[in-house]
Amino acid sequence: MENLSPAFITTFEASERALTTEHLDVLYGGTIQKLFDTSLQFKKNSITALIGASGSGKSTFLRSLNRMNDTVATVNGKIMFHGLNVNQANINVYELRKSIGMVFQKPNPFPKSIYDNITYALRADGEKNQQKLATIVEESLRAAALWDEVKDKLNQSALALSGGQQQRLCIARALALRPEIILLDEPASALDPVSTSKLEDTLKQLREKYTMVMVTHNMQQAARISDYTAFFHLGHAIEYDTTTNIFTNPQGAITEAYIQGSFG
Amino acid sequence: MTEHQKDRFATGVIYFLVGIVVILLAGILGNILINGLPHLSWHFLTSESSDFQAGGGVRDQLFNSVYLLVLTTIISLPIALGAAIYLSEYARDNWITHLIRSTIEILSSLPSIVVGLFGYLLFVVQFGFGFSILSGALALTFFNLPILTSNIEESLKGVSATQREAGLALGLSNWKTIRGIVVPAALPGIITGVVLSGGRIFGEAATLIYTAGQSGSLVDYHNWNPLSPTSFLNVMRPAETLAVHIWKVNTEGIISDATAVSAATGALLVLVVIIFNLSARYFGNKLYQKLTAAK
Repeated sequence: MENLSPAFITTFEASERALTTEHLDVLYGGTIQKLFDTSLQFKKNSITALIGASGSGKSTFLRSLNRMNDTVATVNGKIMFHGLNVNQANINVYELRKSIGMVFQKPNPFPKSIYDNITYALRADGEKNQQKLATIVEESLRAAALWDEVKDKLNQSALALSGGQQQRLCIARALALRPEIILLDEPASALDPVSTSKLEDTLKQLREKYTMVMVTHNMQQAARISDYTAFFHLGHAIEYDTTTNIFTNPQGAITEAYIQGSFG
Repeated sequence: MTEHQKDRFATGVIYFLVGIVVILLAGILGNILINGLPHLSWHFLTSESSDFQAGGGVRDQLFNSVYLLVLTTIISLPIALGAAIYLSEYARDNWITHLIRSTIEILSSLPSIVVGLFGYLLFVVQFGFGFSILSGALALTFFNLPILTSNIEESLKGVSATQREAGLALGLSNWKTIRGIVVPAALPGIITGVVLSGGRIFGEAATLIYTAGQSGSLVDYHNWNPLSPTSFLNVMRPAETLAVHIWKVNTEGIISDATAVSAATGALLVLVVIIFNLSARYFGNKLYQKLTAAK
């Protein structure tokens, strides 16, 4: 049996934390445990990469943070956001998800115009002021570094965009709700290298205003853009430190083996 | 035989089989149109049917067919849509939903004559609606619901799960995600379902013989008061449709031009179904483009 106890988990001052999990367990079907006792703190205005082999629980962990696992799994433990445990039944998950946005593995724009993709959630929420909506569309697209490419075709279908553009549109769509945290679930895995590098540039710029947690299979990507890296193995968070330390001086034997490409 | 020969042989067989289907369909359609079109005339479309003499038309039958189609769609589409949304989006995988699905499957293969007799007992006799458009529309709804529901359910299920995730991750409720994203994306499939069931309704005779009745009453097309017994909009009047008319003319008709009348009615039925089909798709596509910005 491998030693799955954490080798090193970094912590931050309370004022620096954007989001914290305490003893998070995730169980599917009530019995199959996919995540064990995970306590991680995410630092404000930084990019944290979650790495690990397939089935290590990193995506399960990420999807628990904005309660997307509610319908498929039981999540026990605390998720602290602004001093409030948001992993409770009485929390309004719809409001929570506006503060903690999410971008998925495959670009999933709605089959609507570019403009409507961004405004749909706002309008469904009761925002009717056209001028305000137009402003938000421009701001969001600029922040996602997509404005210059689409400003003349906002009324065209989002499905006509390239995969990389679609993914940045999905980021813009999440930004339109003015979130504090953006969760990214392997956002570049379906993109070609050029689109990937544009997406990474976008994410680096967004760090000024947002806290990002990103699952990635691509270790170069984690090394390129993340400030902190957490390594997951078999449902356990083994090691969490600055990206530099994880990649150059890992504490855990399993972390080192994974970084060196021995498995995964 | 070499691999290449085998491949050519199999391809040939497939072409032959599809040829049979095409020839059969083209033959039937051609036969109906060739026999019927020469008898179609403006007079035929705009005059009342005749019980005894030659030279009657199908004005009322044509209107009744369209009216029944519209009424049935108005009644059955919301019900089918609601049921399909439940089955596709909300239903858990348990014995209750299995039971519902099996029931829908059984109902969809129910012979239309049985639906007709059931409608006769329930709507015509029990509820006292008599032979009327209302009884006919309700019976057709029974006939129509299972297939319409499963067609819509299939098209909703065809919408990728990632679309639902996208909606939920933006803080939208389940309902707003379904209403604003899933249903619009499934619209082409839903329209196909409506078109298919529309064609079935239009051609349905057995169900209507026992519910909407076989005799046309006096109809006044200038009377817009739906409560008046002679109004064309009155849903409580008996109404013979095109399909029922064909059946009646051929079984108990005593008019001398019965063959011509039924051929012309058949051709008209086919034409109206085609027109309905094309226009439903046209307007459906317009609506889809408006909702999705697709070109």
